[in-house]
Amino acid sequence: MKGAWVRGIRGKNDLELVSLTKRYGDTVAVDGINHLFAPESYVCLLGPSGCGKSSTLRMIAGHETVSDGAIILDGQDISGLPPARRGTAMMFQNYALFPHVSALDNVAFSLKMKGIAKADRQARAMKLLDLVDMTHLAARLPAQLSGGQQQRVALARALITEPSVLLLDEPLSALDPFLRIRMRAELKRLQRALKITFIHVTHGQDEALALADEVVVMNNARIEQAGPARDVWGTPKTEFVARFLGGHNVLSLPSGRFSLRTDEIAFGATGHEAVVTAVEFHGAHVAVTARLAGDQELLVRTPEAAFYADPKSPGDAVRLRWDESCLHPVAP
Amino acid sequence: MNRFLSSRNLGGWLLVAPLVAVLAVFLVLPIVMIVIVSFWQTTEFSIVPAFDLANYEFLFGSSVTYDVFLNTFRYAAITWALTLGIGFTVSWFLAFHVRSPTTQIALALLCTVPFWTSNIIRMISWVPFLGRNGLANQGLLSMGVIEQPLEWLLFSDFSVILAFVHLNTVFMIIPILNSMMRIDRSLIEAARDAGASPFQIMTNVVIPLCKPGIMIGSIFVLTLVMGDFITVRFMSGSQSANVGRLISNDVGLLQYPSASATSVVLLLTVLLVVAMMLRLVDIRKEL
Repeated sequence: MKGAWVRGIRGKNDLELVSLTKRYGDTVAVDGINHLFAPESYVCLLGPSGCGKSSTLRMIAGHETVSDGAIILDGQDISGLPPARRGTAMMFQNYALFPHVSALDNVAFSLKMKGIAKADRQARAMKLLDLVDMTHLAARLPAQLSGGQQQRVALARALITEPSVLLLDEPLSALDPFLRIRMRAELKRLQRALKITFIHVTHGQDEALALADEVVVMNNARIEQAGPARDVWGTPKTEFVARFLGGHNVLSLPSGRFSLRTDEIAFGATGHEAVVTAVEFHGAHVAVTARLAGDQELLVRTPEAAFYADPKSPGDAVRLRWDESCLHPVAP
Repeated sequence: MNRFLSSRNLGGWLLVAPLVAVLAVFLVLPIVMIVIVSFWQTTEFSIVPAFDLANYEFLFGSSVTYDVFLNTFRYAAITWALTLGIGFTVSWFLAFHVRSPTTQIALALLCTVPFWTSNIIRMISWVPFLGRNGLANQGLLSMGVIEQPLEWLLFSDFSVILAFVHLNTVFMIIPILNSMMRIDRSLIEAARDAGASPFQIMTNVVIPLCKPGIMIGSIFVLTLVMGDFITVRFMSGSQSANVGRLISNDVGLLQYPSASATSVVLLLTVLLVVAMMLRLVDIRKEL
């Protein structure tokens, strides 16, 4: 088994952020966030650019100083420690492979820094390259590797320090869409095999939902909502989360604002009156935009077969209905 | 004809033609001339075209030649080591400590200030500073650091090296800075993440990635110092010699064939040094 190189069985590697704050002059990038990460889980920090997710990750890694608060790993405040002594390892967005040394020497770099003999460190680096199926390209320079291959090397280089938390800064953003889907399956497989915590920063909600055991949605330097991917997507607590994760309408009703899943709205003979304004074919589904009385726009996702059994065009008057139990109140 | 005019080749040739013409007429031709003259014969009152190895025989037979070449290498090596040390640390400061690009450019330009005035003026202005009754000695005397004026401050190897370093450090700074600026900052972070100390980051990441810059700067400094004669003459008060002065003395005595022979040997020596350096680092690969 490829994960067997991890020494023994670890204790509970709980990672906790305690009122963690990052200030750059007058701007607050991370505003006193508190969070306990579930151990040995795949966590996605999700949010739009500038929401503070990267700063949070870089503070955990030790590449950004902490303005206030603490980072607790395994019962110890690591926020003052240098990056290499924290028990974390980081995989950089553009991989940051050393261009002048081979893939093998990139992976062996941290062992070289510790003064481990060449034969020994190269043997251990080879094991890590084997973990990511890159042994056959060990002698290549980074420039001679494709994006996906570079990422595997970067992953092996981060894992050779045997971290209890692996930090990934938008690891898939430099890959083409096809490779992205393959690499994310690979990341998930590795996390399961190594049984360590992965914290993955991304702005792609589909990526987060596909990968994460736990999704942490951030906005404006704060955590908006955190929880298992299915819970967060199913019942967004705030309007921002509902809109950012997609698949939801936010309805303004006299009793407040509610989220309503786009696939829980149906066309029918009775219900709310609306006028179709746009129709988009999405393959398995058709997205219909309709304007309700009172000028609210709703997105309706209908299975493709059902739509074409009774097609609609822009301008058509329709009636929309949904179950009242599907409405979830959201905070603004 | 039209096809010929519109071809990319012609455009390329036209672009390089001015430089090729200048180099061919004013560099290649004179060098060929020097090589030819180096075989000519001299008598007390005339120079005779011939093919005679006497100039070279005299050159290689004289112990002065070896001393002077050795001295030239010594100046070059010391200047190279000092400019490399200073150039590397200044570039490091500019590349990794100065945050704003505007300040970086301003400070890099500041390094060129010594070139804003003539070489001669710069060297002459060392005299009132380093001389027996100069500012440096007076300052040290008044502070009680020394009791007698230091004699070796001016017209010595010290002052020659000082002037060389002062003149040539910028040729080291600019290429090394250029290499350093192209190092991705995340590489430094990745090295830190892997537990590298600042010194290990320098030896394992920064220096290997700066090699092309270091090599280009070294070529500049070594060729400039080895070919110099005026700095040595002024700053040593005509007490030290290098190959450049040997040549200039011969020219002063109208011994053109002898001067040419020395020039040819110097040219070959410098080419050899540069070739050796290029063997160490493949600049083409790293540019």
